Amino acid sequence: MSLPETDLAQPGLASRPTATRPGARVTVGEVVAIGVLALLALAAIVPGLFTSVDPLAISPTEAFQSPNTAHWFGTDESGRDVFARTIHGARSSLLIGVAATAIGMALALILGVMGGIGAKPLDYTVTRVGEVLFALPGLLLALIFIAIVGPGMMTATVAVGISTAPGYARIIRSQIRAVRTAPFVEAATVLGRSRFFTLRRHILPNALAPIFVLATLGVGQAIVWASSLSYLGLGAVPPAAEWGAMLSAGRSYISNAWWLTVFPGIFIVLAAGAATALGRSMQARTRQVER
Amino acid sequence: MVRWIVSRALGAAFVLWAVATLIFFGLRLIPGDPAEAILGGPGSQASDEALQKVRLDYGLDQPLLVQYVQAMFRLLRGDLGTSYALKADVAALLGELFWSTLTLTVLSLVVAWAFALVLATWATRGGRLGRMVGSGMEIVAAAVPHFWLASLFILLFSTALRWLPPISTPGPLGLVLPVLTLAIPLAGFLGQVMRESLADALESPFVLSARARGESETGVRWRHAIRHAALPAISLSGWAFGSLISGAVVVETVFARPGLGRSLLNAVTIRDVPMVTGVALVSALAFVLVTIATDAVDRIADPRLRAR
Repeated sequence: MSLPETDLAQPGLASRPTATRPGARVTVGEVVAIGVLALLALAAIVPGLFTSVDPLAISPTEAFQSPNTAHWFGTDESGRDVFARTIHGARSSLLIGVAATAIGMALALILGVMGGIGAKPLDYTVTRVGEVLFALPGLLLALIFIAIVGPGMMTATVAVGISTAPGYARIIRSQIRAVRTAPFVEAATVLGRSRFFTLRRHILPNALAPIFVLATLGVGQAIVWASSLSYLGLGAVPPAAEWGAMLSAGRSYISNAWWLTVFPGIFIVLAAGAATALGRSMQARTRQVER
Repeated sequence: MVRWIVSRALGAAFVLWAVATLIFFGLRLIPGDPAEAILGGPGSQASDEALQKVRLDYGLDQPLLVQYVQAMFRLLRGDLGTSYALKADVAALLGELFWSTLTLTVLSLVVAWAFALVLATWATRGGRLGRMVGSGMEIVAAAVPHFWLASLFILLFSTALRWLPPISTPGPLGLVLPVLTLAIPLAGFLGQVMRESLADALESPFVLSARARGESETGVRWRHAIRHAALPAISLSGWAFGSLISGAVVVETVFARPGLGRSLLNAVTIRDVPMVTGVALVSALAFVLVTIATDAVDRIADPRLRAR
């Protein structure tokens, strides 16, 4: 589970735009990122568009074929078509990524809003809780949660969500704190608006725009972490067509069947990379609006 | 300064206590009889007498709160208990594993820093290549899973070229692939942070005046700008260390290397409570210490922080 979570929400992600200049039009990178994500989403919704082969159909006589015209990505130890499995894997992998981020964000919003607008003692408590969760490696939180509930795809999703929450909460809290001291919030208070109204109308909309960007970046991270849990045997279990689980199964044959290790991994990198690239350029664009 | 040290020490103690409490109660939520876990899990078919004896021996017949207070006092004395599975002193076990993981993580951090410095200076040179290096770092840092990178390295350096062992053998050769696996994504991340602060530093007045004095481009970068650029990356190293421990779970498993991460994974799967608590406390302690150390370095490097 690379970087990170928690290792997942990297504190440095909220940083300067680089490639995009003010007034820039849509860049090649953005087109590629959106295209990749659209294709993967299409594969997740209607896998039949890309392959008519059953991802679970075994055919022992065709086991361990290297990539050829009939099986583009080769076949695995039971003769299943790796291309079909990779295409069908898009659904679970993307779903886990999106759901885990949503769970992490929801938890973080509760913590972050409490810390951001709450009275001092509440903010103090939330900050301390965040510090404690932050001191634990993100994977440890996920592992303990999995130990309590038992392994599985749902558990892995929630586990990734939980382990990303402290990082997001930290960013959301400071975002809300920053917006809260803005002149227009002071004006609303002076005008006699209720605290709830000010929160809903002024603080949240302004604090949430960057958080939406953070979520896009988070989906990429969540896909990586969830696949890592599957790889460790704690998420989706073979023969399910999920990228991490496929790589886990392919690990035993790494010395004679490289295609089992290479192709599903490329798709993880494509999905997570496209989400990251898109998040980064969205980040750059919101900055321009601010300027 | 004294106040700063005292408050940081108190904060660290609080974090460790909270981590121990969280783990203690968290692991009690795991379904199943702890006494059974001690005797080797449900598959061991332990007799009722044996279970009863274990409950007495480990104090599991006491009310939960009494067990908690006892556990905390034991921890205060530095007694981490006995591993359920390995039937050995956890502190002694961790002592051996700790050095293995520390070597791995510290080497990875050093290698990552070296890569990141080179990449960041490269990326800020501008032009097409610079931009490509820049976005390449982003993708590698965020999208390449450790376990896949490890698998690719094994395919390339072990299966195809036969240069390096596919599992982490003792000795420096066995360390190369695990360290590279951990260091490369981290280098992408640190490099990204450094590139941004380096770009800021290169636009600041002191760089202009250095250039006006006729300093060479390399001199400006390596003598002046890089110091500023390194600051945020130093602060993030505490966080990076924490993420390396998570990464170590995966990397130690893939390369079959003994260490804290791999034993954590084993301990969680077999519900070895003292072992999980021990690993969690050691990694939390390491995280807290590294964070305090990086804050101290920041305070030394940046006098403005001391006034606060």
